Amino acid sequence: MTKFEHSSAFTRRSVLLGGGALVVSVGAAVSLDTLLSLQAAYAQGAKPPLTPDQLSSYIAVNADGTVSAFFGKMDMGHGLHVAIAQIVADELDVPFKSVKVFMGDTANSVNQGGASGSTGIQYGGKQMRIAAAEARRVLVEMASALLSTPVEQLKVNDGIVISGADATKRISYAQMIGGKYFNVQLDWNKQFGNTLYAPGKAQPKKPSEHKIVGQPIKREDVGPKVFAQEDFVTDVKVPGMVHGRMIRPAIAGAVPVKIDESSIKDIPGAKVVWDKGFLGVVADKEWGAIQAAQTLKVEWSQVDSPFPEQSSLYDHIRKASVRKRSVDKENGNVDDAFKTAAKIIEAEYEWPFQSHASMGPACALVEIKDGQVTCWSGTQKSHFVQEGLALTLDVPVDKVRVKYTPGAGSYGRNDADDCAMDAGVLAKSVGKPVRLQYMREQGTGWDPKGPASIHKARAALDASGKITAYEFTSKGFSRIDVNTNGGKPHDTLAGQTLGVALKSGDGFGVPAESYAFDNKRMAWETIAPLLDRASPLRSAHLRDPVGPQIHFASESFIDEVAATVKADPIEFRLRYIKEPRDIAVIKAAAEKANWDTRVSPRRDQSGNKVSGRGIAYSQRNGTRVAIVAEVDIDRSSGKIWARKFTVAHDCGQIINPDGLVKCIEGNIVQGVSRTLWEEVAFDRKSVTSVDWLTYPILDITETPAEVNVVLINHPDIAPSGAGEPSIRPIAAAIANAIFDATGVRIRRVPFSPDRVKSALS
Amino acid sequence: MTQRFTLTVDGKSHTINADPDMPLLYALRDDLGLNNPHFGCGLAQCGACTVQIDGQAARSCITAVSTVGDAKITTLAGLGTPEKPHPLQTAYIEEQVPQCGYCINGWIMTAAAFLRDKKKPTEAEIKDALSGLKCRCGTHISILKAVKRAAEMMG
Repeated sequence: MTKFEHSSAFTRRSVLLGGGALVVSVGAAVSLDTLLSLQAAYAQGAKPPLTPDQLSSYIAVNADGTVSAFFGKMDMGHGLHVAIAQIVADELDVPFKSVKVFMGDTANSVNQGGASGSTGIQYGGKQMRIAAAEARRVLVEMASALLSTPVEQLKVNDGIVISGADATKRISYAQMIGGKYFNVQLDWNKQFGNTLYAPGKAQPKKPSEHKIVGQPIKREDVGPKVFAQEDFVTDVKVPGMVHGRMIRPAIAGAVPVKIDESSIKDIPGAKVVWDKGFLGVVADKEWGAIQAAQTLKVEWSQVDSPFPEQSSLYDHIRKASVRKRSVDKENGNVDDAFKTAAKIIEAEYEWPFQSHASMGPACALVEIKDGQVTCWSGTQKSHFVQEGLALTLDVPVDKVRVKYTPGAGSYGRNDADDCAMDAGVLAKSVGKPVRLQYMREQGTGWDPKGPASIHKARAALDASGKITAYEFTSKGFSRIDVNTNGGKPHDTLAGQTLGVALKSGDGFGVPAESYAFDNKRMAWETIAPLLDRASPLRSAHLRDPVGPQIHFASESFIDEVAATVKADPIEFRLRYIKEPRDIAVIKAAAEKANWDTRVSPRRDQSGNKVSGRGIAYSQRNGTRVAIVAEVDIDRSSGKIWARKFTVAHDCGQIINPDGLVKCIEGNIVQGVSRTLWEEVAFDRKSVTSVDWLTYPILDITETPAEVNVVLINHPDIAPSGAGEPSIRPIAAAIANAIFDATGVRIRRVPFSPDRVKSALS
Repeated sequence: MTQRFTLTVDGKSHTINADPDMPLLYALRDDLGLNNPHFGCGLAQCGACTVQIDGQAARSCITAVSTVGDAKITTLAGLGTPEKPHPLQTAYIEEQVPQCGYCINGWIMTAAAFLRDKKKPTEAEIKDALSGLKCRCGTHISILKAVKRAAEMMG
């Protein structure tokens, strides 16, 4: 537990003597019993168990007065730790700079779900806020007894409790509890993960009382990053460490049947770790491990090529048996309404597999020493990796510590958790700490993929052009073929290659919007994976899991209907949208973008270069986003420049507006990349997107010229998430802008130049 | 067979024994223990491993250690310090550019070499100079702001 100071300046003796750190006014009627009972009740030297029902699991006041916040989620690059420190500092009435947030270390934080679903502030912050409020309540109560002053007469400034009536009556948090642990029970809801909630007796402050929340405080971790002073997970080293590399088959599904270990005998420290389908190497040096992985002679089992031709992917999805169907939202009588429709509009949309393609392939270090397993990982969910390692290595979970250490970017269930398990297996096998980093072709080729899908939408119109019925159905690979964390061996490559029983999950989703149609049905259907075990096309969560694909389809389709009835795309949406906050974001985006109200497509352009504008909007777990995209299209090359975005964003109370804008900008750029370029290529044998040439992403030369963000702040509405909502409507906004410019509707992502050119010709 | 090489990195001289074909990246990271540059692709496609060799931005992941000779290698850590930052480092902090930050070496080391040779570049020139570098978090807008800011600072 780094930075936590165990020394105590507040000993029983100092209390008894009334000297030292304590400042108690002369004659104050504080009995010894009161002091001792306070000590026993609220502060103790021995650490209470690290369980969600203990205040000490979230907050500690150090001997120097600084505050440690132990957070069971972690930042993935948006500065979440800054926002959490702002929340904690505000509730505790301590300076922002005195709060240090420790993230995702299983040795000092409880399982709050890790980075998950943009809930860092929504759920994680909620718990840290209520814990900090409880800490303040307890400290003020302690001060009340020590200062013989009623709680109501006390105020807190910068961690010092002061009597309002007599400013000489004062005592600091550090004096009361610095270096000791809170001994305060919370009312835990018995949930782990995102929904964990454990309030005390305190009420959090009213938003009007917030002083630090809402401020544009900068990240202090930028400096260390630009001066190369920060350790990424790739930089961690321990004594005796060796380097590992994994070896994957050229034909997915093949397993090693014969290994010639002599082929790597000249590489210092080279050793093979082979068990069923699990094959890796270690060597003394990293370059040695890379060479060993490349050089090792391996004979693989003969297997049938597992995949269809990529060109038949969407036909495969269309024809595949439905493994699970779920109607998530339904009202009215959709089938009857379609029977009486004056007109029916239908369309189908397609979205490819996409890769997390993190900036660097995953890396993890596992050390097993005296029965204790320590893992350094860039995982989004260290507490689940802790469970996964315990199961994979067959050790008790309390013998595993996972220390989240920032990795090379993470946008969901990327390759980090697989890497941690693989490193664990290697370390256990060779009896040395192993640092494993995947190679690029594994980072892109073998990470869990965002699922490919098709989306069918249809609308029934009456004679006046009003939508009387609407049906939207997604069909695709599951978002949880492997789960969103590596907590179970069946969800990781290590477990799957080692032969555990499989347990593919079924999940997808439906559009999140507030279109009120009299008859409406929204459903999803999942199909089986193309290869059930150790597949490079296994599907899982990729930033805003299934959100971009669903809303590409649903918000494109609304635009298609608007064009059919010759209505302006925004005016048409507002005929049906009922939620006031949804209406507000759309209007805010339109106003800021100076929206030109008219029917799409434009009719006033000719020539090779044309421009258009498009709108799309969506909700996501309480957050609302509306995006106006303005794009330029070169008709002869098919190249699109997504030139300008106007984003109106409402996520309730804003904790840090600057951090929020950066977060949104990243969403927009990554969303443009996903829309214009990204598609996992594969052949019948395996994934052929294995690097940045075969999995291109947006280049700096294609950066939007402008991203204008309109933040709508609702201080009285609990904050919802921002890490993902604004990536959701981008593809549709661009597609709608392309239609506006050209009159051509593109229903398959990505809008690569070849595809656009062919669509326009 | 390993050979003996002397590398001059950030003004200091280091002697290592290494496979001549080993990329410079691994000499810097493993033999010298530097926490930068980073491995991103090993294919010179992303820039995460970028250093300057005699002032020119170079991808250390494909630069064989035997080809470096007595050239001066500068890493991100050698470009500037908190006490004496390079204008790009200052601009990166001012603009709060990085998200995960793993790509930083590529952008800053490439931009530093570019801005040294090209005063008052246009935005198009900046983009062209940085084309091919990767940032997966999508911080491109902030990167461009920071490079423009640094360009102004460097006159």
